[in-house]
Amino acid sequence: MSELTAAPPADVKGRFKAIGLTTPLVAFILIAFIFPLGNMFLDSFYDATVAEALPETASLLNDWDGTELPPSQVFDVIATELQAAYEARSIGKVATRVNRIQSGTRTVFTKTARRVKEVIPGQMKDELIKIDKRWGELRLWQAIAIASERFTIRHYLNAIDLKFDLVDGVTQVAEELRIYNTLYLRTLYVSLSVTVLCFLIGYPIAYAMANSPTLIGKAILIMVLIPFWTSLLVRTVSWIVLLQQQGVLNDILVGLGFVADNERLTLVYNMTGTLVAMTHVLLPFMVLPLYSVMRSIPTAQVRAAASLGANPIKAFVKVYWPQSIPGVGAGGLLVFILSIGYYITPALVGGTKGQLISNMVAYHIQGSLNWGLAAAISIFMLTGVFVLYVIYDRLIGIDKMKLG
Amino acid sequence: MPLASNPTEHMKRTATNLSFALAMSGLTLGLHAQESVTVVSFGGSYAKACVEAYHMPFEEATGIKVHLADFNGGLAEIRAQVDAGSVHWDVVDLDEVDALTGCDEGVLEVLTDLELTDAPDGTPAADDFMPHSISDCGVGSLIGATIVAYNSEVYAENPPTKIEDYFDLDAFPGRRGMRRIAAENLQLALLADGVAPENMYDVLGTPEGVARAFRKLDSIKDQIVWWEAGAQPPQMLADKEVGMTTAWNGRIFNAQELEKQPFKIIWNGHIRGISQLTIVAGAPNIENARKFIQFASRTESMVRTGERIAYAPSRHSGLPLIKGHVVTGSPMGPHMPTHPDNSERFLNNDVVWWSERMDEFNERFSAWLAR
Repeated sequence: MSELTAAPPADVKGRFKAIGLTTPLVAFILIAFIFPLGNMFLDSFYDATVAEALPETASLLNDWDGTELPPSQVFDVIATELQAAYEARSIGKVATRVNRIQSGTRTVFTKTARRVKEVIPGQMKDELIKIDKRWGELRLWQAIAIASERFTIRHYLNAIDLKFDLVDGVTQVAEELRIYNTLYLRTLYVSLSVTVLCFLIGYPIAYAMANSPTLIGKAILIMVLIPFWTSLLVRTVSWIVLLQQQGVLNDILVGLGFVADNERLTLVYNMTGTLVAMTHVLLPFMVLPLYSVMRSIPTAQVRAAASLGANPIKAFVKVYWPQSIPGVGAGGLLVFILSIGYYITPALVGGTKGQLISNMVAYHIQGSLNWGLAAAISIFMLTGVFVLYVIYDRLIGIDKMKLG
Repeated sequence: MPLASNPTEHMKRTATNLSFALAMSGLTLGLHAQESVTVVSFGGSYAKACVEAYHMPFEEATGIKVHLADFNGGLAEIRAQVDAGSVHWDVVDLDEVDALTGCDEGVLEVLTDLELTDAPDGTPAADDFMPHSISDCGVGSLIGATIVAYNSEVYAENPPTKIEDYFDLDAFPGRRGMRRIAAENLQLALLADGVAPENMYDVLGTPEGVARAFRKLDSIKDQIVWWEAGAQPPQMLADKEVGMTTAWNGRIFNAQELEKQPFKIIWNGHIRGISQLTIVAGAPNIENARKFIQFASRTESMVRTGERIAYAPSRHSGLPLIKGHVVTGSPMGPHMPTHPDNSERFLNNDVVWWSERMDEFNERFSAWLAR
C-alpha cells in the first residue's frame, strides 16, 4: 500500500496498463480452466436434477424412512410431477439418474407419464402399480429418494467400488462390478513403468545429445523433435502397424526364423502395446528437460574428477549424476503426470488389459453420461497427483526442478 | 505511404473490409437459409449405399440438402444433446433396442402420425411393413444381421461352419474380432453354448444364465480384438489380424463383392435386427426430417439400398423388386439375411426385454472388459 501511494502517478498508470495487458490471460485461465474445473468439482457432489424436476416428491421423500412403500399421497404427487416433467422434457434426465442407482428402472418414468390420463387424488397408487408393477417395489422408491438428494457422496463411493442404499448403508458393489480400484492400481503401475522406461531410454539419449559434437548433437535433437511434432494419433497408429500380428516386427521375426509363423507374438491390444506406445509418445518429455539440464553441466568437472583419479563410473556417480537430478526430476514428474491422464493411446492399442482409469472417465463422460462419477474419479486422480507432488517436493524439492 | 497519413485510403480500406465482412455474413446466412436435414448413420460402405440409394434422390426430389454424419450406434450422444438442450442431429439410424429405449426415455420424437407411402402395387403401408418393423418412434428400414465371418485363407483346410466354431479355439486357433457391446456378444455366446434361440431369454434372464454367457466369453477373452465401427471387422480380416470376427453382414458382403476378399459368412447362428429411422426430440429440422423418413421408407428407397449392400427391405414388396447388384450385377438374394439358405438358425432380438436391461448389462460388461 505504502509503495503504491509513494509511487508517482505516471507509474500507477503504467501499472494499470500492465494489469490491463494481463487481463486476457487472466480471463482465459478463468474461463477455460478455473470455471470448468470448479464446475466439474461441483458435479461430483451436487446434482439437483431430480430435486428440481420433481420438487414436491423430493421433499416428501425426504421425510420418508424407506422401510415400506410411501403413503398414497406421494403417489398422487409423483404422478402429477411426472406429467409436468414429461411436458418439460426433463423426464429423461430423471430416469437416467434413478437408473444409475437402481438399474432396470429407466423406462418406468416416461412410460408412466405417457399413460397417466388424469390424476385422481387417492387412487394413483393403484393406478401407477397397474401401469408398471415396479411402482409397488420398495427399491424403486428408495432409488428415487436417494436420487432426489441434492448433495451426495455416492459418486465418490462409486468411484472406489462402494455403493450406498437406504437399507444396508455403505457396502461393496457386487464382485463382478468392481473395477475402479483395480484400474487405479493399474494406472499407477503403468505410469511408473512408463516413467522408468522413459528414464532408462531417455537418459543416454539426452547425455549423447549434450555431450556429442554439435552436428551429431543436433542430429539427435532433430530425431527426438520430429516425433514430438508428429500427431499423437499418427504415432499411436504407427505402433499398431508395427506391432500387430501381421505387422512389420512380427514379419521380421518370422522371416529371420525366431518365431514360428503360427505363433506370432501378441504385441499390441494388450499391456505390452500400451507400455511401448506410451513410452514412445512420452519420451521427448523426458529427454528435453534432461538435455537442457545436462547442457549446463560443465564437462570440465568430469574430466577434473578423472584427472584426480576417479574411474569413469565414480566420476559419473559423484560428479555428473547429482547435477543431472533436477532434469531427471522434471522429466520424471512430467512423464508421470501425463501418463496418469493418458487415454487415447491406451484406448487404441490397449485392448482390454491395457485400459487405464482415464478410459473410464472418458466412458462416463461420453458413453454413460454419468458426469458425477467421472468428476469424482477425476478428483481422486487430481488428489493423487497432488500427493505425489508434495512427496516429490519433500524428497527432492520442487525448486530444484528445471524444465529448461 | 503510411496508412494513417492518407484518410481517404484508410476509409476506402475500411469500406472494403466492411463490405467483405457483410458479404461473408450474407454468405453464411445464405447457407443457413437453404433447407437441410442432418442424417446420422453408421458410416462406411453402409452409409455410402444409403447416400446413393435415397439421400441423393431425396435432395433432387425436394431440394432439401442432406448433411451426413457418422456415429457408432447407441443413445449416448442423443441423450447428451437432448439433456443439454442443444440438439443438432435430425434423423438417426438406430437399432431396434435403442429406438424403443430412446422412445420410452423421451429423447426421440413420436412418429405414430407419420404417413407412410403405400407399396408400388398399391398395398397399404400398414400391411406392407413386416411385423415389428414399425415402432412408436421408429420406422423400420432394413433387415441386417450380426454374423460371424472368417477369412477363408486362414481356415483353408478346415473351414468353420457354425457359431460354436467361433468359440472353439482348439479346432480353430486364431484371434477373434468382437464388437465392444454387451447384448449381441452374450447372446452369441449362449447360442454357441447350446441355448436354442427360443429359450434365449429364459436363460439370459437368470443370474446363472448371465454367468454362463460371461464364462463362455471368458474362454476366448485373451484372443479377442475389439471393434467399434462397422468398417473395422472387414479390415481386420483382410489384415489377418483376426481369423474370425463378428460383423454386420452387409459390410462383409461389400468386401466380398467389390474388393474380392476371400471372406465367408457363417449363417448358422446369427442375430437379426431391423434398423430404425428415428428423429431426435426437439430436432432443429423436424419437418424436413419427417419428409426424409417418408422418402427413405418407400419401397423404392429400400430396393435401391438392397441393390448396393446386402440388407433386405423391411417391406414385403421390396425383396422381389431387387435386381442384381448395381455394380457387378450378381443376384443379391443369396446374400440377404432373409434368404431361406441363411435362415437355418438365428435369433431375433427381443427388443422389449433388452430395452429394460441394456444399462445393467452394459455396466456389467464394461466391468468385465476392464478386468
